[in-house]
Amino acid sequence: MNTLRVLGAIVVNSVERLGRASLFLYEVLLSSWELLRRFYLVVQQVYAVGVLTLLIILVSGLFVGMVLGLQGYNTLVKFGSANSLGLLVALSLVRELGPVVTALLFAGRAGSALTAEIGLMKATEQIAGMEMMAVNPITRVIAPRFLGGVIAMPLLAALFSAIGVLGGHLVGVGLLGVDAGAFWSQMQAGVDFRDDIMNGVVKSVVFGVVCTWIAVFEGYDAVPTSEGVASATNRTVVYSSLAVLGLDFILTALTLGEV
Amino acid sequence: MVGRKTLEVWVGLFVAAGIVALAMLAFKVGNLTTADVVDGYRVTAHFDNVGGLKVKAAVTMAGVRIGRVTGIGFDDKTYQAIVTMDIDGRYKNIPSDSSANILTSGLLGDQYIGIEPGGEETYLKTGDSIIHTQSALVLEKLVGQVLFNKSTESAPPK
Repeated sequence: MNTLRVLGAIVVNSVERLGRASLFLYEVLLSSWELLRRFYLVVQQVYAVGVLTLLIILVSGLFVGMVLGLQGYNTLVKFGSANSLGLLVALSLVRELGPVVTALLFAGRAGSALTAEIGLMKATEQIAGMEMMAVNPITRVIAPRFLGGVIAMPLLAALFSAIGVLGGHLVGVGLLGVDAGAFWSQMQAGVDFRDDIMNGVVKSVVFGVVCTWIAVFEGYDAVPTSEGVASATNRTVVYSSLAVLGLDFILTALTLGEV
Repeated sequence: MVGRKTLEVWVGLFVAAGIVALAMLAFKVGNLTTADVVDGYRVTAHFDNVGGLKVKAAVTMAGVRIGRVTGIGFDDKTYQAIVTMDIDGRYKNIPSDSSANILTSGLLGDQYIGIEPGGEETYLKTGDSIIHTQSALVLEKLVGQVLFNKSTESAPPK
């Protein structure tokens, strides 16, 4: 009987949380319009979640591209098609690795910071203080962070893919001796702008919305104690990663299904 | 915290770098520059067998891409495949008795349509059909033929 009760409580709680998160997102989106007049708040957050995440994105993009080049070359050369290396590197980066790895890094680097920041604001009663002064904390604190994340993610993913392709070029052409002309021409022949590149951009926008949404909601909904903030930060990283990987499968299945 | 000016410069740099990266993906990695057929005209061709030809495959003439395949259908009256293709509007002077062949790039590469010019004075236009066609080579048929020839050769004379 008790186990049943626990099970029911878990289900009711998670549905309740999901409902609260959806209402929260609705409120954030509504108040986003007001931010057009105070855009500097958003710019500040683009700096915090975008510019400060740049280093880790660029370094990992470069190395992921280089590893892809090395690994792909060793497989392709067995079939005598090492010239397709550029295509392999570009397609895997643009379609999958760029958006997904960027989102995972973003959740770890920026998402956790967002949750901790908002959670601490709540724990130190800054958010309650704002409400007291008739300042809407969602407009002032949450929505700029949300918009900043949504703006930053596609740019970060594009940078990741671009530098990854350069990394693949560095290893493939510079180190392994693949012909540079074949590397780029096979890539251009095989990568379609709408089907591959726009698909990657759409993915990264979706991941940007989901990751930032989870991060700001977990912070806003955190239990206002130090332990509560710690577990909220933890949940942000876990939930964002799971959501990104699951959504990635769904999005890939949707777009590959119609080809 | 950094000052407002430095912060704005950094964000500007970041956004600009992101847009440059997107542009590089679009133009250098992708095929946006050569992507679509501009105001092309649509012609059809009947083939006995299209083999592994796919929609979006290239249509070439003298090895240069001049269009792409937009649809592959089946005609249940003649039992042939109907291939529709868009040809770039810049190439208007393709003789109407040109022939279309399904070719393979390399041994295992993609299949595409190669057009050989004919000698007619009239040119292909929208809705026209290419009459002379040559089907795709199907490897199994070829192998079967070779094996058949071999076995009839080596059969002992009666």
